[in-house]
Amino acid sequence: MLPAMKILVIEDDRSAVDYLAKAFREAGHTVDCATDGLEGYGLAQESSYDVLVVDRMLPKMDGLSLIRSLREQGVATPALILSALGQVDDRVKGLRAGGDDYLPKPYAFSELLARVEALGRRKGAASKGEATTLAVGDLVLDRLARRVTRGGQEIVMQPREFRLLEFLMQHAGQVVTRTMLLEGVWDYHFDPQTNVIDVHVSRLRAKIDRGSDKPLLHTVRGAGYMVRDSAR
Amino acid sequence: MTALGKLWRTTAFRVTLINLGVFVLFAIMAFGYFGWNARRIINNEIASTIDAEIKGLSEQYEQGGIRRLASAVEQRASQPGASLYLVTDFTGRRVAGNISALAPGVLDRPGSYETNYQATDEADRPRGRALVRVFVLQSGFRVVVGRDILERERLGAAARRTFAWTVMMIVVLGGLAGLLITKRVLRRVDAMTDATERIMAGNIGQRLPGSGSGDEFDRLATHLNTMLDRIGELMTGLQHVSDNIAHDLKTPLTRLRNRAEGALRLASSPDDYRRALEGCIEESDNLIRVFNALLTIARLESGQSQGGMTEFDAAGVIRDVGELYDPIAEEAGAKLAIHAPDNLPLRGSRELVGQALANLIDNAIKYGAPDSAKGAGEIAVSARRAAGGVEFIVADRGPGVPESERERVVKRFERLESARTRSGFGLGLSLASAVAKLHHGSLVLEDNQPGLRVRLTIPDAPAT
Repeated sequence: MLPAMKILVIEDDRSAVDYLAKAFREAGHTVDCATDGLEGYGLAQESSYDVLVVDRMLPKMDGLSLIRSLREQGVATPALILSALGQVDDRVKGLRAGGDDYLPKPYAFSELLARVEALGRRKGAASKGEATTLAVGDLVLDRLARRVTRGGQEIVMQPREFRLLEFLMQHAGQVVTRTMLLEGVWDYHFDPQTNVIDVHVSRLRAKIDRGSDKPLLHTVRGAGYMVRDSAR
Repeated sequence: MTALGKLWRTTAFRVTLINLGVFVLFAIMAFGYFGWNARRIINNEIASTIDAEIKGLSEQYEQGGIRRLASAVEQRASQPGASLYLVTDFTGRRVAGNISALAPGVLDRPGSYETNYQATDEADRPRGRALVRVFVLQSGFRVVVGRDILERERLGAAARRTFAWTVMMIVVLGGLAGLLITKRVLRRVDAMTDATERIMAGNIGQRLPGSGSGDEFDRLATHLNTMLDRIGELMTGLQHVSDNIAHDLKTPLTRLRNRAEGALRLASSPDDYRRALEGCIEESDNLIRVFNALLTIARLESGQSQGGMTEFDAAGVIRDVGELYDPIAEEAGAKLAIHAPDNLPLRGSRELVGQALANLIDNAIKYGAPDSAKGAGEIAVSARRAAGGVEFIVADRGPGVPESERERVVKRFERLESARTRSGFGLGLSLASAVAKLHHGSLVLEDNQPGLRVRLTIPDAPAT
């Protein structure tokens, strides 16, 4: 389904590293590990990875300096920062240092996996993100005309529904978690506590999958949602 | 460190030494100038006396030649005083005068000299010093007129002695004073060092001593003590928060454990185990959410999260959040009515204000929606400009919160008895209140007759 990615995990907690490596491998990816900042920096510079998963607090060289140094060296590998600090300003600092995503601890692995896969894909298809039309199966979204059609039939959408679908289709074939949706579509980073996102998604599903025997918007249990052409 | 080393390292002692050096240098300059000037004046005086003598003697010589000169010299030389005379013939033999010998070579050339001499009547005394002027007459006779400079030398010696004394007094008294000051400073600093060492050793209640004189050390001690008080307050606050978190997390942790234990005891098929494990994951996800919410509240309450204050449109935020919750409200049989001006600029944290509003609206939907079909419960959400900030109001038509309970429900994990059966952790209002507190605003619960009205006031954050 997804092409396998090469992931570098830089984290000083041994058991966390082992768990992450095992879980990423089960998801079909290749994983290298480093347990301190310098080792991680060396690995990230030497070989090419699709995604870096960097703990913020590391011995020898902290995560933010590591990413900053890599960016100065011209290494543009997408990096996800893991941190015990989850405040807005911490996130801003992390992204400013050159990180591409920020996930506060404790986190669910499904969330981490979804975000890492989104980052890895972004690297592979940076240009695709700017395409003017997105298509999954017979569902077509025209970003310029702001029009959505399914099998040639136009579907009328509210602006927010359009953006929700746009975000899901940009990540077609990938798991998109509820927090990713809240971040990407509403630009909030808090935990909504209730099933607000689920309600929005089910409304969207009612619009695009209604009367179709081939649903495109799938719920991934315990993780989130995915837009995927089930026929393929 | 030796006592001397310690002394040497104090600023007070070094300043004393530098001061002493400066004073000694000043004394040297003052006395040097005085000595040089006095010597010059005396020399001038002697020279003019000699000039006058020469004038008188040359008159005698012009009137009566060498003979008259010799007798005049003889007569003058016999009078007491510091004047010196000598007339010699061309062989250097003394003809008249009170000098018996001069330093060798002085008589050979005319001119002014400062030289040693021996007086005729004081042959047994050591040689004196004099300023002399030597003339050579046409006949080869030499005339020497001079003046003893003993007075000048005495004056010089007296000046040197005074100078030596002065310097000695400066060094001794200044040094003593410096030592005393240094010792005093050291004593104060040592007292402070001891106090800080005791504080570092764990005696947190200890404070720095003051002498009560209000000097700079007292001021420093007062400031440091204020700082220690503040640190103490923060530590107590932190302790309080971590105690609370530890306590608050015990409940969901116990639930998680019970669930796992129950599964171990009762499950009989792989399906049962799978369900139990899924239940545990769900429970721990809840735990993570509670933990994150608690951490956020704790950090907001400690005032640590000062970053992220920007200018944003509060009306936009209220519309966004309203739109986010609109479908849920609809499903719950309520209706969200949003009243806000087109544009409502506010300086603060967009993220946190959004989260607080989300929590308030979520609460209104959960607890404010009518259970029975008594008509659609309207939830009125509004924002308006109020003194120095923005006032948000979320009002529902639900059962409301009794006045006696209003203070309690804002606290962490506190919920109304009637709400216990619903989902939620009882952290929503606490978080909204913490957001208000961080912005120096307020969260007030009021009666909506019927229902609950929550008034969240967020003043503009000061521009940074």
